[in-house]
Amino acid sequence: MAGALWCVVEDDRKGMPKKVMAEVIGEAARLGGPVEAVWLTDKATDEGLQQLAAWGAGKVWLLENAGLAPYRGEVWVSPVAELAATASPRAILAPVTSRQREFMARLAARLGVGLSADSVGLALNGDALVATRPVYAGKLLSKVTWARQPWMATLRPNVFKPADAQAGKSAQVERPSLTIPAAQMTFVERREEASTGLPELTEAEIVLSGGRGMKGPENYVILEELGGVIGAAVGASRAAVDAGWRPHRFQIGQTGRTISPKLYMGFGVSGAIQHLAGMRTSKVIVAVNKDPEAPIFKIADYGIVADLFEVVPELTKEFKRLLEK
Amino acid sequence: MKILVMVKQVPDTATQVKIGSDGKQIDTTGITWIVSPYDEFAVEEALRIKEKRGQGEVVAVSLGPDRAKEALRSTLAMGCDRAIHVNDPALAAADTLTAARALAAVVKQEAPQLVLCGRQAIDDDMGAVGVQLAEVLGWPCASWIMEEVVDADAKSVRVGRQVEGGLEVFELPLPAVLSAQKGMNEPRYPTLKGIMGAKKKEIKDVKAADLGLASTTSELSVTALEALPPRPPGRVIPGETKDAVKELVRALREDAKAI
Repeated sequence: MAGALWCVVEDDRKGMPKKVMAEVIGEAARLGGPVEAVWLTDKATDEGLQQLAAWGAGKVWLLENAGLAPYRGEVWVSPVAELAATASPRAILAPVTSRQREFMARLAARLGVGLSADSVGLALNGDALVATRPVYAGKLLSKVTWARQPWMATLRPNVFKPADAQAGKSAQVERPSLTIPAAQMTFVERREEASTGLPELTEAEIVLSGGRGMKGPENYVILEELGGVIGAAVGASRAAVDAGWRPHRFQIGQTGRTISPKLYMGFGVSGAIQHLAGMRTSKVIVAVNKDPEAPIFKIADYGIVADLFEVVPELTKEFKRLLEK
Repeated sequence: MKILVMVKQVPDTATQVKIGSDGKQIDTTGITWIVSPYDEFAVEEALRIKEKRGQGEVVAVSLGPDRAKEALRSTLAMGCDRAIHVNDPALAAADTLTAARALAAVVKQEAPQLVLCGRQAIDDDMGAVGVQLAEVLGWPCASWIMEEVVDADAKSVRVGRQVEGGLEVFELPLPAVLSAQKGMNEPRYPTLKGIMGAKKKEIKDVKAADLGLASTTSELSVTALEALPPRPPGRVIPGETKDAVKELVRALREDAKAI
């Protein structure tokens, strides 16, 4: 029998898998399965295990150990490599998150196999897997293939079709006995960002982005207000970040975050090539800019040529009105 | 303290890249080449560590064709002491793991206490070489770091790594690999004196054979490059702002079903 497709679980650090796992598991099933989840955590929950089963994981390899939190790549890599040596999965997939990106690269090096990072498409071609991944920050697409199994890939969020959760499904839970090595690096502290209460940029289904047209840091509050109404993350262009208006973690584009939300709305964003590279795979693009010649209008599905300071409050008002109905 | 900085030469962010005649690589005609921006943060941080300690050596390392020398030269102009250029056609199609193995061989020969690199090169955007280098060496690694403090004895480093929703602070024993995230510093511009001085600094050429690599075969290979599918034509919604906004919201909900 062909080896399984492993899905490495990204969780909320409180015992629940993140929603993006529905996309990874859905894609693994589409590639033919069998689908197995590999979950490294210090504490899993029954709800979390049920959630993975409901999405379609037939088996969960549960690696539950206090030494696995907080994430350290050098620790995680050993038990998973040990397990892979005996279970021989044919693929290992994970979503793109800060820790999975690092972990999967480290694991690929340990296993001596290739890694396709930030993939946006996976397709079987006979006995081979071909991944599609944006390069040059999305200016081109690259097709890549592996010399051997397991095929390892990280998957960009919001691109792959999520599995529908089906209640009543169950997964076989295996708790393999594996060696968790002592860590060389030690955890000191976690500093939480002041929460905006809005979703994380790379995970959000709706992203609002403010560019140079925002005129200053104090004006982002109007985007945050709109974001609060429709559940959107608020990002910024490089021009706005370099001007010091927003911290770099909010930057969208070639030297910031690459995003693929269902809806991207740019306000006062001109559409420099390196910004477009970071958001052009968004499903629907809206541009609001005073300048009708702004390059962003060339890739926008909907555009309004107007002052963002008039448009944003109107949008907030209109969405509020609809939500109250 | 000796620090190695890994740098890669990439097309400038403003460059419109085109597919080359073999369909697998970009057409390099007319491209302006730069040091990958994240690698510049790594170079800057390495120089600051050396300056703060008042002694040490910063060595820039690059894997790439002949033109990569320009990238190394600009790191020397910024202040790196010398450079190593892994320049071998056998490594031209190296994947991240092959590159990591080659760079690890350089690290073993140089035996630094710290290796710095950028979080990813902005050409293939894999973001894998730094951590794979650490794995090959058996060293700890912290990726996407925003800050670092090396202790007085150069025995450990405390770093803050950017994660979703915050910063995680770790202490790593040295030697270790760190990858720099944007925002950790503001890279300096080379001074005229720096640029003149760089011409006299050593760039050592290294071949795959010098590194004793068992194999240079890639585990992952590019089969094709493709242009992005064109986006469907859009429409500009005319009218007074208030009406245009109403129509936009209607279209987003009813036509595009985006919200």
